[in-house]
Amino acid sequence: MKILVPLKRVSDPDNANKVKVTGGKLDASGLEWKPNPFDEYAVEAALRLTENGTNTKARVGEVVVVTFGPKEAETTLRAALATGADKAIRIDALDDALDGDVVARALKALVDKEKPDLVLLGKQAVDGDSNQVGQLLAEYLGWPQATFAASIKSNADKALIVSREVDGGALNLKLTLPAVVSVDLRIVAPKSVTSIHTPATHTYPDGVRFAALMAIMAAKKKPMTEVKLADLVTDAATKIKYTGFELPPSRKAGIKVKTVAELVEKLKNEAKAL
Amino acid sequence: MPDFFSLSRHLTEEERQIQKTVRSFVDARVLPVIADHFEAGTFPTELIPEIASLGLLGCNLQGYGCAGLSEAGYGVAMQELERGDSGIRSFASVQGSLVMYPIHAFGSEEQKNKYLPEMAKGKLVGCFGLTEPDAGSNPNGMLTVAKEDGDGYVLNGTKRWITNGNLAHVALVWAKLHNKDGEVRGFLVPTDTKGFEARPIHKKMSLRASVTSELIMEDVRVKKDALLPGVRGMKGPLSCLTSARFGIAWGVIGAATACYDSALDYAKHRVQFGGKPIASHQLVQAKFAEMLTQITTMQLMATEVTRLKNEKQLRPQHVSMIKRNNVRDALGIARVCRDILGGNGITLEYPIMRHLMNLETVYTYEGTHDVHTLILGQDATGISAFE
Repeated sequence: MKILVPLKRVSDPDNANKVKVTGGKLDASGLEWKPNPFDEYAVEAALRLTENGTNTKARVGEVVVVTFGPKEAETTLRAALATGADKAIRIDALDDALDGDVVARALKALVDKEKPDLVLLGKQAVDGDSNQVGQLLAEYLGWPQATFAASIKSNADKALIVSREVDGGALNLKLTLPAVVSVDLRIVAPKSVTSIHTPATHTYPDGVRFAALMAIMAAKKKPMTEVKLADLVTDAATKIKYTGFELPPSRKAGIKVKTVAELVEKLKNEAKAL
Repeated sequence: MPDFFSLSRHLTEEERQIQKTVRSFVDARVLPVIADHFEAGTFPTELIPEIASLGLLGCNLQGYGCAGLSEAGYGVAMQELERGDSGIRSFASVQGSLVMYPIHAFGSEEQKNKYLPEMAKGKLVGCFGLTEPDAGSNPNGMLTVAKEDGDGYVLNGTKRWITNGNLAHVALVWAKLHNKDGEVRGFLVPTDTKGFEARPIHKKMSLRASVTSELIMEDVRVKKDALLPGVRGMKGPLSCLTSARFGIAWGVIGAATACYDSALDYAKHRVQFGGKPIASHQLVQAKFAEMLTQITTMQLMATEVTRLKNEKQLRPQHVSMIKRNNVRDALGIARVCRDILGGNGITLEYPIMRHLMNLETVYTYEGTHDVHTLILGQDATGISAFE
């Protein structure tokens, strides 16, 4: 099975430098980047679908990772190559010039060229939280889709049983490949992904795999190609227009009250919560 | 982790990725279990397969299933491991720098093929037998002796303070050759050889999540092929120690920054006197200013020593300086951080006391602080204070 995994890099929330807003525009200078966690889960699920879990060094199929961004975004792709993906494609574009729709249309053109059996991606990116690309892409391709996958069972690489967590239980969908599937965080639980390639008794460690140090060194030798956005879409106009950005107001420090009576008084008269 | 001079910009993309990977491994696997292991006095052997599959064992060696990292890549890997615990980094240092390195540098092709791939996979664990009950800072005073006998050697003696001793499948034992002016040679001794016994050292208050042992050898008979052919005299063990000390100098930056980050977070949230966090107090700020300067100095020295090593200009005296400086300052930082946390600082709920206790060992092992002082003194004056 050939799987295409679109990845997005997002600002690392653990870094001391935070996103700034300058003149109503987002200022990304000085940010540290990390892969969108849900996309990392999609890479892990793609690797599990294309290997025998007892020998993760050999791939049964192909995993292609793709991202949109400037040259530096290749770091995110190299990290995915180090964990086992076979090749990477960077679509040269600036974040400002993208929205979910243009990304989905460009991915549609890429899918037409790469011909994967499955597009596996995170349910949403944790920066914009748009949750659009998977759904739009499936529509543009005319492919079946399943969103927020908590588990995937591959039926001989011809069809998938995708389980989605819903209120009060699980909703199981059967999709005939090719298809688009977006994943939720449960997809990296030890038994969430099953296929004919891995014995049913095999248990994965919880979470995404760590790249071996040797594989990090070898990742620079794996194929990395660059594609211009204009080569994939003739109309690169975005449908979403961002009119401005502002940071949430900073929280004021709390105060300590001495008595319950004072608390009630402040809740009534200052906070007007009672 | 503080990086005041943005020294990470000198790392390559791969080296930064190595750092991130080892860091996430430590966050996910080491930190959740290490306090309990430390309290119980046990080494987390369950982590050995994953440490090995990451490629952390002998990771700066080329070929034979080793990862072949750059010196800086090795340095940041050791730093991130020791951010977890000095015991985990010690396990990797002993396996990689003290056993795999000498086999790689001084071993026969048969020895390399026999040991290195299995040691990189973590299937074989090694230990390094140099120090003896009565030969510590002066290893040349060792009493362990190897006597030629027929088609092999017979070893007798006792080694002490041996990390991994009771985990090891093979011990690299340094011994004096009988009747050959006491020339020191290395022997690869399988630990299941008759007459070889490892006894764990208990009641340690430091490096509790690490196995420390005494090795007792009574008429241990090994074949001729157990001898490391490529090195004679004290140069053998000393070159291993220079390699390991380089990793220690990087490693303790991890321990120091773990303490610093923990104390900084605590100081920003601990409120005393008038509703302000203690981080706003001048005495606390003075502590952070000093520690930040010390950490930056440690990082600068590690960066420069790595460059010297890459340029093949590194002298053992350079390594003495950085081992001495970085371990002393890491220990000092751990003590100050413990102070900032007050009573909370003495518990295992925070990493600081654990690092503080561990660093007392690191201060002593691999050349005590005072011995490195004398090495530098000799380098400065041209006069040895040892004799």
